[in-house]
Amino acid sequence: MMKFRFRRQGADPQREKLKQELFAFNKTVEHGFPNQPSALAFDPELRIMAIGTRSGAVKIYGAPGVELTGLHRDPATVTQMHFLPGQGRLLTLLDDSSLHLWEITHQHGCARLEEVLSFQPPSRAGFDSASPLPNLTRITVVLLVAASDTAALGTEGGSVFFLDVPTLTLVEGQTVGPDDTLRSVPDDYRCGKTLGPVESLQAHPGDPTKILIGYSRGLLIVWDQAARGVDHIFLGNQQLESVCWGRGGSTIVSSHSDGSYAFWTMDAGGPLSLQPTVASTPYGPFPCKAISKILWRSCASGGHFTIFSGGMPRASYGDRHCVSVLRAETLVTLDFTSRVIDFFTVHSTSPEDEFDEPQALAVLLEEELVVLDLQTPGWPAVPAPYLAPLHSSAVTCSAHVASVPAKLWARLVSAGEQQSPQPASGALSWPITGGRNLAQEPSQRGLLLTGHEDGTVRFWDASGVALRPLYKLSTAGLFQTDCEHADSLAQAPEDDWPPFRKVGCFDPYSDDPRLGVQKVALCKYTGQMVVAGTAGQVLVLELSDTPSEQAVSVASVDLLQDREGFTWKGHGQLSPHVGPLPWPAGFQPRVLVQCLPPAAVTAVTLHTEWKLVAFGTSHGFGLFDYQRKSPVLARCTLHPNDSLAMEGPLSRVKSLKKSLRQSFRRIRKSRVSGKKRAANANSKLQEANAQLAEQACPHDVEMTPVQRRIEPRSADDSLSGVVRCLYFADTFLRDAGHHGPTMWAGTNSGSVFAYALEVPAACVGSEQRPERAVEAVLGKEVQLMHRAPVVAIAVLDGRGRPLPEPYEASRDLAQAPDMQGGHAVLIASEEQFKVFTLPKVSAKTKFKLTAHEGCRVRKVALATFASVACEDYVETCLACLTNLGDVHVFSVPGLRPQVHYPCIRKEDISGIASCVFTRHGQGFYLISPSEFERFSLSARNITEPLCSLDIRCPRDPLQARLPESPKLSQANGTPGIILATPSCEGSPDLAYNQGLTSSFPEPSEAMLSPASAGSATSADTTLDTTGDVTVEDVKEFLGFSEESEKNLRTLSEDEARACSTLIK
Amino acid sequence: MNRSFHRSQTLRFPDCGAVEVKSKFGAEFRRFSLDRHKPGKFEDFYQLVVHTHHISNTEVTIGYADVHGDLLPINNDDNFCKAVSSASPLLRVFIQKREEADHDSFGPGSLPRRRKALVSLRDEGLRRRAQLRISSPHDFRPVSSVIDVDILPETHRRVRLYRHGCEKPLGFYIRDGTSVRVTPHGLDKVPGIFISRMVPGGLAESTGLLAVNDEVLEVNGIEVAGKTLDQVTDMMIANSHNLIVTVKPANQRNNVVRGGRTASSPGQPSDIVTGPPGPPPAHLLQNFHPDEMESDEEADIVIEGALEPQHPRKSQGPPPGSLPRANGASLVYRLQRDLTLSSPGRESIHKLLSSLKADPRHSLAFPQGGIEEHGPAVTL
Repeated sequence: MMKFRFRRQGADPQREKLKQELFAFNKTVEHGFPNQPSALAFDPELRIMAIGTRSGAVKIYGAPGVELTGLHRDPATVTQMHFLPGQGRLLTLLDDSSLHLWEITHQHGCARLEEVLSFQPPSRAGFDSASPLPNLTRITVVLLVAASDTAALGTEGGSVFFLDVPTLTLVEGQTVGPDDTLRSVPDDYRCGKTLGPVESLQAHPGDPTKILIGYSRGLLIVWDQAARGVDHIFLGNQQLESVCWGRGGSTIVSSHSDGSYAFWTMDAGGPLSLQPTVASTPYGPFPCKAISKILWRSCASGGHFTIFSGGMPRASYGDRHCVSVLRAETLVTLDFTSRVIDFFTVHSTSPEDEFDEPQALAVLLEEELVVLDLQTPGWPAVPAPYLAPLHSSAVTCSAHVASVPAKLWARLVSAGEQQSPQPASGALSWPITGGRNLAQEPSQRGLLLTGHEDGTVRFWDASGVALRPLYKLSTAGLFQTDCEHADSLAQAPEDDWPPFRKVGCFDPYSDDPRLGVQKVALCKYTGQMVVAGTAGQVLVLELSDTPSEQAVSVASVDLLQDREGFTWKGHGQLSPHVGPLPWPAGFQPRVLVQCLPPAAVTAVTLHTEWKLVAFGTSHGFGLFDYQRKSPVLARCTLHPNDSLAMEGPLSRVKSLKKSLRQSFRRIRKSRVSGKKRAANANSKLQEANAQLAEQACPHDVEMTPVQRRIEPRSADDSLSGVVRCLYFADTFLRDAGHHGPTMWAGTNSGSVFAYALEVPAACVGSEQRPERAVEAVLGKEVQLMHRAPVVAIAVLDGRGRPLPEPYEASRDLAQAPDMQGGHAVLIASEEQFKVFTLPKVSAKTKFKLTAHEGCRVRKVALATFASVACEDYVETCLACLTNLGDVHVFSVPGLRPQVHYPCIRKEDISGIASCVFTRHGQGFYLISPSEFERFSLSARNITEPLCSLDIRCPRDPLQARLPESPKLSQANGTPGIILATPSCEGSPDLAYNQGLTSSFPEPSEAMLSPASAGSATSADTTLDTTGDVTVEDVKEFLGFSEESEKNLRTLSEDEARACSTLIK
Repeated sequence: MNRSFHRSQTLRFPDCGAVEVKSKFGAEFRRFSLDRHKPGKFEDFYQLVVHTHHISNTEVTIGYADVHGDLLPINNDDNFCKAVSSASPLLRVFIQKREEADHDSFGPGSLPRRRKALVSLRDEGLRRRAQLRISSPHDFRPVSSVIDVDILPETHRRVRLYRHGCEKPLGFYIRDGTSVRVTPHGLDKVPGIFISRMVPGGLAESTGLLAVNDEVLEVNGIEVAGKTLDQVTDMMIANSHNLIVTVKPANQRNNVVRGGRTASSPGQPSDIVTGPPGPPPAHLLQNFHPDEMESDEEADIVIEGALEPQHPRKSQGPPPGSLPRANGASLVYRLQRDLTLSSPGRESIHKLLSSLKADPRHSLAFPQGGIEEHGPAVTL
């Protein structure tokens, strides 16, 4: 028993201080494309763009590296966003009709985004007609009138209200009701019908007192605010979708629900226009869908750009997501793969210019952002430096390569450049250029590799804040698939009209699921890599700077090793093309090793110095010499009782039933968790619903809802043979006197196999080793008693550091490992970490994570942590992500727990599964199918956006209204406190924001742990409620605090994220 | 250390009418059968055994291997009956000359060691046959114990479950629930973990120390407060080889009552004081070998490959393209060779190997007189 009591290290103050210098948890930046975008805005003066999402996130992008993030308190959909040009202020409208004002402020020279005010329109005050409050139930459109700092709000009821932006208060006596309008409309138009909701509000390009109000029914009026009267009326009869006011203010373009658009001119004599000057249905004559948005831009060279979304013929192309760009006679129908959310043009807005002169068109789609260069003939797409659609095909695996040598980097970049057609010399560069990136050049190059479902591997520049695509490797070309891959993507010229043009790269449909990439390993020194896929294919590739045409040698390895009674009932192997194939510059396949049976590859590792690749599936593992192109070893890891993997005739029925049941459970689970993820941050309501749904689904028929059986793991659990990790090391396996190449393999049932390899030594001065066969001899077998799956294996040298990568030591790029002291092997299972001595395998230290904490290990990695205080002080530690989403750090080889932080929600299974750690104490995980969250555990190595914007704005009045900020200490400590007392008097938003945006330089462990935050909460609340405390009160409070603690746990997580993204 | 045999490779008798008996004396085996339902008297059995082995003139003791692999004595009608009825399917009987027998050798532990010196409790039993014989405490293997009685509050019970590689499942389920605590603020409902179900015939049920609705407070010294059901489940499974659970029994009547302390706890209902005596003493720290049992060190099994210190290998590798399949099995082959040459003192290695080489095709040909009759499967 005593060992438990002495488990935790005594609080050594020196060590505690050191820990603070080494470790700090921050969620720094979100890479990729925002999940489920719902709104777009552009500030032409600051040249920054804002994207709002359905989960209430607001992201502002400028030049590469300029990124700001904010999150609404309620995870409601952002329906509209509007910049106050040049002021760095953003007004957002959520689908609960609340308005929020965000401001970009600077602190220590760095910009950050914070919500300063919010406005919830008075709801329908009962049905009390006497209520003086206007009915603002649903705001349909918002128009910011910059000159007067007011916002016009069009509502469903047909009224237009005015709001003072700096204070977010309604301006009395300015409201334009539908009656005001109807008064000036001819009687025959009126005919007793309402005007419908306000569909569009546009400001006059020159005269700030005039606004254009468009009603759903089709009526357009120009309202003069100064005179409070109707200036001009356009009697449209077609249901209105959107309006655009041309430069100069004389022309108005309206788009309609029948797929037509119409031009109206102001100077048509009287204040009444009965007919449009021109009306056109571009894709007629058959019924067309609505044109939801239209823009009309003038050019100096004559002619106009008419850009509109939708309007496609309903029957033939009604399902397409299109934006049409029309200029004079040139019409291009941009055909996207996902829904069009919104678009804008980058054009001149200064009043001196005579023409709009649009430079670029930016279209926000559900899954990507596409920018077209409108000045270059042909309107080519501009490659985006950020917002990369990671999920253009679903991400199936990811890997991070740190400190990439400059040589490989340059080769990769050039391979990537050859891949994508380079824009012409005069072409437009990225038009959204606002702000300055203040972040330092990254000290080292980091490469993130993502494997995708369609058999591609994408290489991303993960050195900085913006995740930039470098190169894309496709393995599909090697295999014969049912439909030929290349042809389907080629631009099939269907009909001449409409003139479709495929744009964008989001293509979620995989031709063949077997192509999916399961594991990737890259050697950064030689440019060799291995890509392993779903159908047991293991591909060794080499980076080549020139295109070539060559055949790929194919070998197959039988991992079953004559195991009887086995029939593989899964998918077949992929058949490769025979004969020489042309390969572009970049990674070109050299060898294809096919595992038999063709089960998905579960582990892979590469040793380029020995020219060996090791791979494992659910049946066993193999070792292949890719220099001699000959197999070295195959070993079956199946347990004889493993019926599920064996797929024997007897177990077939059972396993089918089991797998069916499992797949149903999975569906149900994913529905529930999907619902949660959609909300991203957690609304209490949705949370509760999800919990209800979870409770509603019966877990097992014969059991009461939540009950868990306590049974130890038996030896013949299903899938015990799955190979979980493979590892190469030059260490002592035979005896303490001689070290040599070894290979290690760990399985799902807690077995570790260690092989001594006989690799013929390379000749001096040559990297090619002599043509002699590699031999493998089984040296050790370790069966972990607790039989938990082995997650990782690593050999530590005499100083307790992990061995360097291949070539790292021989090319003097890393310190040579200590071969004098005794080596040790670290074996991490899902339940325990253990360090064994070598060559005699005896347990040295261990840490039983599951037995102590009840959490299981999901991902581990050895990482180096540099101290903030002293650059030279570096510690190697074991970073570990558990099934509860917590990140733990342990010392190596002592295996003492150092720090732990909550990182991912434990319900977010895909997030936990996607986590990848870097060598220097950072990590990535998917927060949505399209976004990687980057976090850092290191106090020194933090990659976060640092930027500044030139904001011209006297914002003193706004600042003055903010209460003095005494909260540095308070907010510094626990943002959770503020959250847990939602009844905070005055402005909860302010309090919230202070909490949200306050910076805490060194978030200590205690602060982030929910327990301590929770206790602080209760203390706080008790203080608030001093007075007559009855037992009932206490009980009630306890119930409340329990609940709030639960909420707090989830909220504080989001809070922490929100905070960290804003920290300077 | 808790090794036992649980599987036999013998013929099965589907209609369990007859029990196959394999009787061993020295290096000799005899096989015969008994009627499972009417085994008869011990004395007749004794005569039958000495007769079949032709050792009628020697005084011998008889023992058998029970389902857990422990060597237990047969010296009266009751344990003879038990031996026959629990034989599944083979009853293994070991016979030893009485003068060679060691009194301590029955009971749990490694069978091979015991086999050399079989216990004799029979001599006394033969003389005073009228009395019921109870074996010494050492003949029992602990399945559970109540520990730390002196430091725990009387309302709590710390139970240790021993899983000696036995086939009996731990056999209980846990669930979420709420329990009422007394706090400075008054009564307070807090979430807790409770035992929800016992598997009939499981280890947990057979101890009688755990019951449905007992609240689980600690698992191996770690408080479960604030942990989710899944976390507690994982903790228990991770500790399952040596599980120590501290519970607050739902039925507080069977608590251990400590003299002198009862009066000092006025809050307790009086029926606890006057209640029935505590659990039978057999549960209490019986057979507790601190040195042996406290070490929950589950030794991982390490098998050394037959790697000689590195020599330049003169043997040529297999031709390229063909898999050197021998590599995978080479360890087995080499060990087999080593073992056949080695002395019989390497039985532990045999067992380690046999546990890993459970696949019959990998099983080793053990030297004669080894443990081959117990089948290759060993759980450690």
